[in-house]
Amino acid sequence: MGAKSNDIAISVNNVSKNFVLPHERIDTIKSTFVQMFGSSNREVEVQHALRNISFEVKKGEFFGIVGRNGSGKSTLLKILAGIYQPSHGKVDVVGKLVPIIELGVGFNGELTGRENVYLNGALLGFSRKEMEGMYADIVEFAELEEFMDQKLKNYSSGMQVRLAFSLATRAQADILLVDEVLAVGDADFQRKCFDYFKKLKKAGKTVVFVTHDMSAVREYCGRAILIDDSRIEASGTAEEIASAYTRLFTHKVSGVSGSQSDMRWGDGQIKYTKVTASVDDASNQIIIDTTVKAMADVHEPIFGFAIKTGAGVNILGTNTKLKKMSAKSMRKGETVRHIWRLDNILGDGTFSVSAAVVADDNVTVHDWWEDASTLTIFRPEHTPYEIEPDISVERSDG
Amino acid sequence: MKQFFSNLANRYRYSLILLRQLVITDFKLRYQGSVLGYVWSLLKPLALFSILYVVFVRFLRFGVKPVPLFLGIVLWTYFAEVTMQGINSIVGRGDLLRKLNFPRYVIVLSTAFSALINLFLNMIVVGVFMVFTHTALRTEALLLPILIVELFVLAVSLAFYLSALFVRFRDLSHIWELVLQAAFYATPIMYSLNYVPAKYAKFLILNPLAQIIQDSRYVLLDPSSQTITSFYSNPAIRLVPIGLVATFAVISVMYFRRRSRFFAEEV
Repeated sequence: MGAKSNDIAISVNNVSKNFVLPHERIDTIKSTFVQMFGSSNREVEVQHALRNISFEVKKGEFFGIVGRNGSGKSTLLKILAGIYQPSHGKVDVVGKLVPIIELGVGFNGELTGRENVYLNGALLGFSRKEMEGMYADIVEFAELEEFMDQKLKNYSSGMQVRLAFSLATRAQADILLVDEVLAVGDADFQRKCFDYFKKLKKAGKTVVFVTHDMSAVREYCGRAILIDDSRIEASGTAEEIASAYTRLFTHKVSGVSGSQSDMRWGDGQIKYTKVTASVDDASNQIIIDTTVKAMADVHEPIFGFAIKTGAGVNILGTNTKLKKMSAKSMRKGETVRHIWRLDNILGDGTFSVSAAVVADDNVTVHDWWEDASTLTIFRPEHTPYEIEPDISVERSDG
Repeated sequence: MKQFFSNLANRYRYSLILLRQLVITDFKLRYQGSVLGYVWSLLKPLALFSILYVVFVRFLRFGVKPVPLFLGIVLWTYFAEVTMQGINSIVGRGDLLRKLNFPRYVIVLSTAFSALINLFLNMIVVGVFMVFTHTALRTEALLLPILIVELFVLAVSLAFYLSALFVRFRDLSHIWELVLQAAFYATPIMYSLNYVPAKYAKFLILNPLAQIIQDSRYVLLDPSSQTITSFYSNPAIRLVPIGLVATFAVISVMYFRRRSRFFAEEV
């Protein structure tokens, strides 16, 4: 190619990838014969994993590739890594590229930790001599000093991941391709991963990062592309792409309510007839509107709600007793409406709202409705965190 | 241009590092957990030798002497080992292929090199046999490394071809097992070519394995061994086995290179 501008690390030109999937794979010679003499028009399905993908990654850039499962982003990563060949189009890579598609590729359980370190080092392109120089550091970083002469199969999975990660961070490359290795491991491990990312960024490495974690995209990536249904759906700044990705899962821009019932229980003496959650754009308040109907006479019931993140973590909630509202008994057939208002401090994402009404003993459940409604928050401007309260800041000199 | 050469040097360096490490790993894993360990790589050819010696030399008198018999077995074992392990080498490392981009040929080469370690150990035993039988070492013995190289090229070429084909046709390993069995009898290992009617022997000796084994016996052990020169005076025909090896090598490498780009998808 030659005359390309020399600040480009990866250039992808009109790349497509098709997988031809015969409905019955010819794996054995017998089936070849069967195919030969049997029905000759074998059904073949062509799966278009990627269509007309073009983009460029500049040197020193932290570039994100985002997309839903099955969108083709991992296929793209494998093509960038040279593991798959594109069906059409061309990929040019300037500099040494190392893919980290999975941690611990090539690990062998029958070998000791030490032997695996040398083997994995060779896969990363380090000679034995170079590995000897790094060995102590690798082991120390993995915190596995006492275990290196044990066979790897006797390691816990956490120990294996630590060793693998410690090795992966040694990769000497101009360009690193990182698949969602961050998804594995505990919080402590994830922190180590993020520290490593910060270090890469500081060192000015070119990194291509495939993920569905939008907060990581916002925090680390400069630019990104969104792949959906085998095509580039959008390309732009990390911020724009993260928003576009969130929008894939959002049908309306602000709060929506539905009443899909997944988990609901209780004795049914009082029943919720309506639960909606929405955001009032003018006041930026979340409004949870609930209506209940009593099916029997009930003495001083307690009403409450809770909001959970998409991952199912309860983040806030309260009830009428905690709010010290005067208790009021209900007559059979009576309906009561509660409207809860709170400042919208939630970050981008989809949240679920649960509503409950319990007896005055705070134990007997009349109606408990998990995920009674959903609430989707999408802000024009965001921070990469779960909640975004109004934060004021003061600056003073001296 | 300069970049091109430095890239080439880098790629070559990576292959060498990887090859070395894979050979070490292969060798370590081979007898992992067995009590006798590496001794097995010596015991196996010796056991085969004992059986063949008793049956074909003592009972049936096939006219082959013990040391040439053992040498034949050792060379054959190398060939069988490289091709049998080679055939599965690509499929067996599928996990690695799908996640890393590295020169695929390194995997096949590593099986050939780790088997070479066994071959050398066994050649030492041949040497011990020669001492016991008072076999004089002749200058021609210096040609042996050339024959070993020929054997290596033959075995590796077939391993390249078979391993690439095996990715698509999984029956191949069973077929190859049968081919090996037939080839074992078609090669003068446990019988002397003198005992084969000349019209058949003329064909048998064109088989590169037969040529390699007979030539090795000739240069190392017994100047009276029949080689291809004993059958043909035409120099063009004398070169047929080597020509076959070269042809195999070219076809196999071409086929492997063409297919190796798709291993990650097909394996």
